[in-house]
Amino acid sequence: MADQNNYILKVSNLAVKIQNQIVLDHLNFNVEKGTTLAISGPNGAGKTILFRTLLNLVPHTGSIEWTEKVKIGYVPQYVAVSDIPMSVREFLSMGGGVNLEEALKKVRLTDLSILNKRIGTLSGGQLRRVFIAWALNDKPNVLLLDEPTTGVDMDSEEPIYLMLNDIKKTQRITIFLITHNIHIVQEYADYLLALNKCVTFCGTSAEIGKPEIQRQIYGETVCVETMRGEE
Amino acid sequence: MQDTLFYSLFLSIFVGVATGYLGSLMVLEKMALVGDALSHVALPGLAIGIILNFNPFLGAFTFLFISAAIIWHIQRITKISFEALVGAMFTLALAIGILLFGDNLDALEAALFGDISQVTITSTLVAVAVCVAAIVLTKVIYDKLVLAMISEDLAISKGINVARTNLLYLFLVSVVVAIGIQIVGTLLVGFLVIVPAIAAKNLSSHMKRYSWLSAVFGAVSGFTGVLFWSIFNFNLPFPGPMVVFVGIIIFFATVIINWKKKITT
Repeated sequence: MADQNNYILKVSNLAVKIQNQIVLDHLNFNVEKGTTLAISGPNGAGKTILFRTLLNLVPHTGSIEWTEKVKIGYVPQYVAVSDIPMSVREFLSMGGGVNLEEALKKVRLTDLSILNKRIGTLSGGQLRRVFIAWALNDKPNVLLLDEPTTGVDMDSEEPIYLMLNDIKKTQRITIFLITHNIHIVQEYADYLLALNKCVTFCGTSAEIGKPEIQRQIYGETVCVETMRGEE
Repeated sequence: MQDTLFYSLFLSIFVGVATGYLGSLMVLEKMALVGDALSHVALPGLAIGIILNFNPFLGAFTFLFISAAIIWHIQRITKISFEALVGAMFTLALAIGILLFGDNLDALEAALFGDISQVTITSTLVAVAVCVAAIVLTKVIYDKLVLAMISEDLAISKGINVARTNLLYLFLVSVVVAIGIQIVGTLLVGFLVIVPAIAAKNLSSHMKRYSWLSAVFGAVSGFTGVLFWSIFNFNLPFPGPMVVFVGIIIFFATVIINWKKKITT
């Protein structure tokens, strides 16, 4: 994807087995510093497991080499907050030493009254932004976002990706992003890693417009504009 | 009796605070019934203490913690739910306890409903010190446990050893439940773990307020229950049921406050 010195992650022959089932098989890819890598693939393709492996939560074989000291901010797809009587202020303060106003500004939440809201009462978009703000607390240089617009309506999706783009540029963060949305891959990712237990495609996101690449990833040609319209 | 009552009143405050505070996490973990059933696991330990003539509460704690550790380990291996495992362990422990108590019905009754006649200044001071230590340690791990409830992966990614933190929490729950048994018995101590916390939840949108309200409600239930029992007696040999009544009144009061708040907003 880029010259050797500009990589932040080198993955080679990565394989994961869970209860004797192969969930990731001989993955080889590199990720360039300060870019957005979208990870796409059908359900059960191993996308979340790949994140968990990169976080060193899953036993694996092969090598994961971060080329510099990385600090990873992680936003999981599902979080259980509905039953917890915790305010946004308390959540963002977990870990301590946080400028709350600044943290909210980074994720474009300007109304500070949100700090006193119970976290379980936030809208899908607000909740994702608060979790991204929390992930940014430790000043990470890598962000892992597992479907960051889960539970977010269509109108709120785009602003979240625009915000992530800004964060990437201003804070020089490398973003790993799991998404099923081809439009998001084309618009906001620099590279695409298509997974189905093994890598089915790895290249620039612009290439997803080519029919032969779509066949390689999905087994058939997909009309990007049509998919965008259907969503 | 006056001294014993004074010690018990003093102890009930600390037991209430400790069970209320630790219980606030148990309720959030959706393990309220686990806390209740776990307390019954102490029964064989109490019986062995009485039979072998050593402090029954030491036996209760030993049984509670060993059972909790076994359940924790089996749960990690098999992924069977905590509730199901505690349910199985609880009925087994109850059966063993009843067998061990045999025809010693007075001792069985005291174990089930609490017996403050054995409370001394030494046992009170030890219990208070243990309760304070349990509260302090729980405060240290509170945020970690809450983060693990929100997302275990998120907590692990932040360097938290979730399994070890959960085990420490189970250990602390075992300690305070064993101490609480003195005041309200194995059948009713689960109440002190659950009800102050759900009452506090009715009035809280902030974690700090929730955990401390739960502790306060636990203390008020324990202290007022023992006090009312000593004044009115109601022909009850043990204070446990009075503690439960006071706690339930607090709970219904919070339900009404919560309901009124929803109507007016």
